[in-house]
This record gives sequence, C-alpha cells and structure tokens, in this order.
Amino acid sequence: MKKPAVPSSLRKQLLCAAWRVMVSVLMSVSLAACAQRTDKHTLTFWTIGREGEAVTQLLPEFERENPGIHVVLQQLPLSAAHQKLLTAFAGDSTPDITQLGNTWLPELAALGALEPLQTRVKPSSIIRPDDYFPSIWSTNVYEGVLYGVPWYIDTRLLFYRSDMLKALGFDAPPRDWREWRRMLAALSHPGRGIYGILLPTNEYEQLMSLALQQPDALLRDGGRYGNFESVGFKRALSFYVDTFRLHQAPPITNIEAGNPWEEFGRGVYSFYFSGPWNIQEFRKRLPAAAETQWNTAPLPGPDGPGASVAGGSSLVIFRKARNKQAAWKLIEYLSRPDVQGRFYDLLGDMPPRRSSWNQRSLHDDPKAQAFREQLERVKPTPPVPEWEQIANEMQLVAAQAVAGNLTVDQAAAEIDRRADRILEKRRWMLDHAHHPTDENL
Amino acid sequence: MNRQPAAWLFLAPAAMVLGVFFLLPVMGAFVLSLTDYDLYALADLHNLRFVALSNYWALLHRPLFWAALGHTVYFVAVGVPLSMLVSLCAALLLHSPLARCKPLFRTVLFAPVVTTVVAVAVVWRYLFNTKYGLVNYMLGTIGIHPIDWLGNPHWAMPAIILFAVWKNLGYNMIIMLAGLQAIPSELYEAARMDGASAWRQFRHITLPMLAPTLLMVGILTISGYFQLFAEPYIITEGGPLQSTVSVLYLMYDEGFKWWNLGSASAIAFLLFAIMFAVTELMLRVGRKEVEA
Repeated sequence: MKKPAVPSSLRKQLLCAAWRVMVSVLMSVSLAACAQRTDKHTLTFWTIGREGEAVTQLLPEFERENPGIHVVLQQLPLSAAHQKLLTAFAGDSTPDITQLGNTWLPELAALGALEPLQTRVKPSSIIRPDDYFPSIWSTNVYEGVLYGVPWYIDTRLLFYRSDMLKALGFDAPPRDWREWRRMLAALSHPGRGIYGILLPTNEYEQLMSLALQQPDALLRDGGRYGNFESVGFKRALSFYVDTFRLHQAPPITNIEAGNPWEEFGRGVYSFYFSGPWNIQEFRKRLPAAAETQWNTAPLPGPDGPGASVAGGSSLVIFRKARNKQAAWKLIEYLSRPDVQGRFYDLLGDMPPRRSSWNQRSLHDDPKAQAFREQLERVKPTPPVPEWEQIANEMQLVAAQAVAGNLTVDQAAAEIDRRADRILEKRRWMLDHAHHPTDENL
Repeated sequence: MNRQPAAWLFLAPAAMVLGVFFLLPVMGAFVLSLTDYDLYALADLHNLRFVALSNYWALLHRPLFWAALGHTVYFVAVGVPLSMLVSLCAALLLHSPLARCKPLFRTVLFAPVVTTVVAVAVVWRYLFNTKYGLVNYMLGTIGIHPIDWLGNPHWAMPAIILFAVWKNLGYNMIIMLAGLQAIPSELYEAARMDGASAWRQFRHITLPMLAPTLLMVGILTISGYFQLFAEPYIITEGGPLQSTVSVLYLMYDEGFKWWNLGSASAIAFLLFAIMFAVTELMLRVGRKEVEA
C-alpha cells in the first residue's frame, strides 16, 4: 500500500496531535495507578450511614496528633453497605479499616477477611476490655478470636410519653409485660387511630429483643438448627402478635409509618420501641416544650426488667490492610473516652465503655440513663454468619402471623424450617471440619 | 477474493466483545447455578459443592419462588395491555390533526421516561401514603374511602402497576407515534371517499398498518416488565407480606443480599427460560397475524 501524500505541515500537526493523545492517555493511566496504589501514610476508612459525617469532625485532631497519617474517608449508605463490603472482599479491594455492624462481624470473620486484634489490645493503654460492657465486647469475638473493637452501641428500649401515662395514673414506665400490656390497653383507641405502640412489621429488632429476653437460645446445637419452637420464643412471639390482635399496635411497615416522631409527639403512639439515635431525633423534630412530655425506659421483661439486644458497630481492620499500625492508632483514638464523648454530642451514638459514660453530657442527660441501665442487661445475637438472613426470615413469618395467616405455633415451626434450610451449609461445614469451631455458642 | 474469511474478519470484533462480555459470563453463571456457591465458598473454594440441578429443584419447591412468579405474571398480564392501551390512546390523540401544542404534550408525556426511577418512585410512595397521600385525598373528594395502597397485600401490586404505566407511557407512545406517522395518508383519503367511519378507519387501516410496531412494542414491554425490580425495591421493599416480590427481586435478595450466587443464578436461568418462551410464542402468533 502506498502512503497518501500529506503536506508536511499537516503531517506535523497530525503527529503533534497523536503525541498529545498518547501523553494524555498515559497520564490518565498512571494517575489511575497512583489512585490505586495509596502510599503507606494514607489510611482508607469506610463508614456506614450517619456516622460518616460526624467522624469528619473528629478526624482533623487525629491527623494533627499523627502528622504522618492521612485518613481518606468513604461513606457508604446503610442500604448498600453489606453488599459493598462483600464485593470489596471478593474483588480484593477492601479498605484498611471499616465500621462494621456487630451482626455482620461473624460473616466477615468467617470469610477470613478480618485481622485478629487480640495481640494489639493486650499492650494497649487506651483500650481496656474490662471497661467495656461485657455483652457488647463478646459480640466482637468469633470462634474465640477477637476481630473488632466496639465503637458505639445500639440497643433497643422504650421511648414513652410520660405525660400520657401519668394522665392515666401510671407514675412509672412498665417493669414487666403484664404491666406493659395494661398500659397499652389503656392507651389504645384504635377507633380514633390512636395506638399504644408502633411496631413496624418489617423491622425484626423488636421481636428479636423480646425473644432475647427468654432463657431459650435462638439457635440450638452450636448454631446448627433453629430453636424457634422453644417455649420461650413462642412466648415472645405470642406477646408480639397479641399486641396487634388487641389493636394496641397498627399492622403497618415503617414505609407507611412515614414520620413516627411527629406522630409520637401528637400522641398517636405512646410507646416507641427504638434505639439511641432517636433521642436526638426527637429533640430535633419536636418543639422544645415537648421535652418534659417524653422519656426513655429500659425494656420490660416477661417478669421484671428484661434484657435487650447487644447491637452496635465495631471498628475492624482488614487482613489485607496496607497500614495496620496506623489503622490501630485510629481505632485507639476513636476509642478514647473524650473522643467518644464528643461523638455522642455530635451524633447521639452511645459509647460502649463505662468510662466514656462519665463524660458530662452523657452523665447528665436524663434520657440517656435508661440506656446506661439497659446496657448492663444486653444479650448478643447468635454469632453465626447466617444470623442476619435468619432474623429477616423470622420477621417475614412473624408478619404473616400478625396478618392472621398463621397461628403462633405454625409461625414458629415455619421459622424453624426456614432457619434450618439456611443453616444447611453451616451444618455441612461443621461436620466436615473445614473450619475449626467452638461448640459453646 | 474469498468472501467467507472476509466476512468473519468483519464479524470478529463484535463476536469477540459478545463472547467475552456476554457468552462467557452466561456460561459461567450456568456453571455457578449447578453449585452451591455462597459466602463460605467465597472464603475458600474447598467449601464449594457441586449440586447438579438441586438448586433448580429446590427453587421449584419453594413457595416464595412460585409466589414471586405469580406476582411477576400478574404485573405483566395487567401492566402490559394497560400500558400499551394508554400509550396507543396518547399517540392517537397526539397524532390527531385537531391536537394543539403537540410538541408541549409530547414532551410532557415523555418526561417520566427520562426521570430516574428511584427519585420518582420515592415521590409516588408519598402520593400513595394512606393517611397523607394525594391519591387518597383525591379519591376522598369523590367520596371513596381511603385505600391502604402500600399496606394491603391486594392493593400494593395495582399501585406499582399504576406507577409503571405512568413511567413507561411516553416511551411506547413515541414509537407508536412514529408508526402512525408512517401510515400513508392516501389510505385514509380513499377510505373517507368510500364513506368509512372513524372507527372503521381505525379498525381496518390504522390497526393493521400499526401491527408490526405494536408487536415490537409488545415484545419490548413484556421483556421489560418481566424484569420488574426497581419499582417494588423502592416503593414497597417487596412488602407488604412479600406481595410485591418479583422473580428478579428474589434473585437480587438471594444473590446480592445473602450472597447465595448458586441459587441466584438458577433463578436467573429460570426467568430467562420463561421470558424466552413467552417472546417466542408472541413472535409466532404475531407472524401468523401479519400473514393472515
């Protein structure tokens, strides 16, 4: 083939343009490579949900104290976090350190994605395990190995309208289920759209908290089978379902509930079964004058004060982290009582260690006291990677029972059936011992 | 010059792209659907078991799969005819010589198509709210009691169908409008001279001339509607009582929420088989109609 004759000036221009394209392509490739290969002074930190914004205000001080370390923060929305973490693991692109809900911790620990932290905790002068609430600490131990340090706690208890209770002659919040049921009956007027309590039928935390109050474990035989046909779980499920059948709670999901804070303020619900972040949420959304109308109370149990769930988020380091030493420094910084106090002020996330609770703002807040009391009485969920899925199925079946499609006995049997199906692989794993495990769940 | 190798040479780039980005992943997914690939297998491939067809077998024995299939078929069976009917009416109105401000209406009716599903789905969630929603407020003004759109298992799917019809109205309408404009006006002139009424003109000129377009729009809409996902994902999250869980929603939950990629792949292949069968059936019927 003969080259077409191109005037030399044009050829020069073409050459020049080609060079420019080449150079810019090369540059963008190398830039991408730079972005990929973070140097060892950069720490990538993933947060989930609301914590990301508050933590940006805590990081500058950390970087001042540790001039060599630069923290790159990435905020994941809660709805996408689980998927993103697993995808990152599958794609070998995990960050150095992440916030991790403690029900997800067994899952990532089972994957072998997390760095054991026992050897780092031992010499630490800042993180002292005996200062932490023991049940919360234990959720970070999977098969005898410590994988995370609790960052904040999330337990569920009762928000209640103290003024409405008082008007009906109840001077104190309920201590046990019987008393609670009496109050719910007195407070509910379904004909006028007034209900004692809001229990969104698509949230599993409420039923799970009631179930954790029972002496029976939720799974049996070392997490091989569901234990939902136990007397205890059926008692919890009956109490839950009865609340709807007696029209003391509307059978709606949190999608329809829309704005529960305002409705609580208007007295549509007198009880609200939720977590610590709602203290600030109520203060923000209700007028200041309403502050004296509501309070928080520990969860009433079947006979006397009951347990609740030992939920919360932890900080974990990934096994493939490039800079584990710096990551550990960040964990230590975020675990300091004074930093945790500021974290509470910023966001209302409650600290997992007792000494942090001596900070003024927490210590003096009357609405936080119920949480402080509840924290001495919390129970962890079964530490199996499948728990999140089992809890979801439990709630789907419970919603069927609420709708009247299943009796309590049928529902319990159905939850067991679904849990056993989900746990099939785990049973196989345990029996074939690919996976050393302790049997004392 | 030999034409055969040259043809292959020209096909090669497209074939390679298809092979690498389509055929290989599909074959990979099929192999995956014969295993119990899950979290444990992700951690260590020794935990992977070959289970042959038992993923498919288990699915066929799972009530939720049949329920999801039922919801999807319901959505397709009601949604597609409704959507096409509404689009056709809109296209006919826009095509009418009497219509004024055509560009404006064309834009307005097409606007929902270019909006983000997620954003408008959130808005519709508010519209459908039982207590405060605009839909129930409007129904209230004509004396209809509030409907628990998103809380009642019987009403949630109709709510989603309404949303989907509104969302897709413009797209089908534009294609049908193009089809209408391609019909030669002489046919109508001749019919008018023969004294044909408007209805008979529509029945004997517009519909037959539009048939190929309608068939294509129908196939596109059906295959799109079978992949129902974003609407229930945003508006109802599959509820109430899982009454809006579609097959694709089930697959998403299995695969990306719980990481059971083996059984999720099996769902994908079952859905593919169903869609393939339906499309094939439609093409055959359509061909016969056109020939007849």
